[in-house]
Amino acid sequence: FLGAGGGNDIQWCFSQVKGAVDDDVAEADIISTVEFNHSGELLATGDKGGRVVIFQQEQENKTQSHSRGEYNVYSTFQSHEPEFDYLKSLEIEEKINKIRWLPQKNAAQFLLSTNDKTIKLWKISERDKRPEGYNLKEEDGRYRDPTTVTTLRVPVFRPMDLMVEASPRRIFANAHTYHINSISINSDYETYLSADDLRINLWHLEITDRSFNIVDIKPANMEELTEVITAAEFHPNSCNTFVYSSSKGTIRLCDMRASALCDRHSKLFEEPEDPSNRSFFSEIISSISDVKFSHSGRYMMTRDYLSVKIWDLNMENRPVETYQVHEYLRSKLCSLYENDCIFDKFECCWNGSDRQVIFNRTVTFFLPPLCSIVMTGSYNNFFRMFDRNTKRDITLEASRENNKPRTVLKPRKVCASGKRKKDEISVDSLDFNKKILHTAWHPKENIIAVATTNNLYIFQDKMN
Amino acid sequence: DTQEKETITPERAEEAKLKAKYPNLGQKPGGSNFLMKRLQKGQKYFDSGDYNMAKAKMKNKQLPSAGPDKNLVTGDHIPTPQDLPQRKSSLVTSKLAG
Repeated sequence: FLGAGGGNDIQWCFSQVKGAVDDDVAEADIISTVEFNHSGELLATGDKGGRVVIFQQEQENKTQSHSRGEYNVYSTFQSHEPEFDYLKSLEIEEKINKIRWLPQKNAAQFLLSTNDKTIKLWKISERDKRPEGYNLKEEDGRYRDPTTVTTLRVPVFRPMDLMVEASPRRIFANAHTYHINSISINSDYETYLSADDLRINLWHLEITDRSFNIVDIKPANMEELTEVITAAEFHPNSCNTFVYSSSKGTIRLCDMRASALCDRHSKLFEEPEDPSNRSFFSEIISSISDVKFSHSGRYMMTRDYLSVKIWDLNMENRPVETYQVHEYLRSKLCSLYENDCIFDKFECCWNGSDRQVIFNRTVTFFLPPLCSIVMTGSYNNFFRMFDRNTKRDITLEASRENNKPRTVLKPRKVCASGKRKKDEISVDSLDFNKKILHTAWHPKENIIAVATTNNLYIFQDKMN
Repeated sequence: DTQEKETITPERAEEAKLKAKYPNLGQKPGGSNFLMKRLQKGQKYFDSGDYNMAKAKMKNKQLPSAGPDKNLVTGDHIPTPQDLPQRKSSLVTSKLAG
């Protein structure tokens, strides 16, 4: 088939699920971030226990053309440890807030991982051979008595079982007073930004003892604090441009060429509010939890509590598109405030940049890059996709009950009120502890990674 | 005469519910209070200054250990590093890798 593809035209099937089956979730196992690398071959997860697990996609078996390669564990390591700052009486959580991959430059892979206070650059490298035949050492490492050596030999490299090693190459510490919520690598591949609640810093990947502050919204008097930074990202192509979102639902675009301290935005994106609709909850639900540029950089997507909005960088006064994720929650805001769910931070993502289409299994077409589908999570282990072209949307569920490979997932529907149809679920039956906050889309293929509280689901489209 | 009934949005109805439950809820929606709470995440009330001064004063006495209420940090009760919940890193491998 040669499909233009859309959220509904793609038929999603269960592929794999990782993690423990039991319902008793240890806090350390709560997944806090999910990220594919630039080729999609590697998939990294971070958790509340400060651990990173990296999965690698199997090389595609050309004869087994009905499924794409599976993801298997490639490396796992402890990225961050819990700390206690005695000076400030602050407990520093080891939870990994974000992982961002560097584009691959050599045989090794590099990623940045961050907790609330410290960013680390990790090198993940493979070792598949080791030197053998030393003259002065035994194979087990013990030194030989030199007097017993009668002949000399040349040590050689011999193959060994693949070992994947992760080592911290840089530690970027002590630059954030508040809690880091974002890291973003610049398109120059030399610098990156880190954002906390009130400040954004610019780093050079090679330099750990210095960082430039580029945004500071801390008021002189903390009593006047009205707004915090919630997310930040570099433009995918312009290395001088970045955006940051706020708890008041605004996005500011800044140009680093304008001044050293980008406190004055170049553009301010804000949707005007209807004053008659204003309530106690308005500001809280307008807080932006994620911002993502489209691959071209022409658009950006924001996620607030109830919706996903697409903005055209050339239009500041309103979004070009708005998609309701779970509008039925608007009449539940009181209880969602009481159980703190109203503060849940959902992320969002675009479909991959290259649209690869298989035709007859022998010829492959690459359609031009299109950001036409957006994905985001919801409650009850539901996640949603919106097709910008067809305007259709779909709700799917990440559940072990649907785990037959190559069986197309059944769409879900929530009944807001009134008579519940068969197969619909009523709002009051939704499980608000089952949140899908983190999702990721493979950069080139229709493969998605969806994180429930402590499990990672991988879905792929049904290949003919 | 006709009276126009004002339709209440779902959001406003929820707000009324919340205010009925918590009449003392701050007038400022969202705003400073919950932002400040967010910025203070992770704060524990161990004061190293108090601790060391108390230690100096009571050289010959046993330090008062935490009473049944570990959150009590005023008066003579001196929180000690031992009172703080143990923060050990997970030595266990993630179950995702299992």
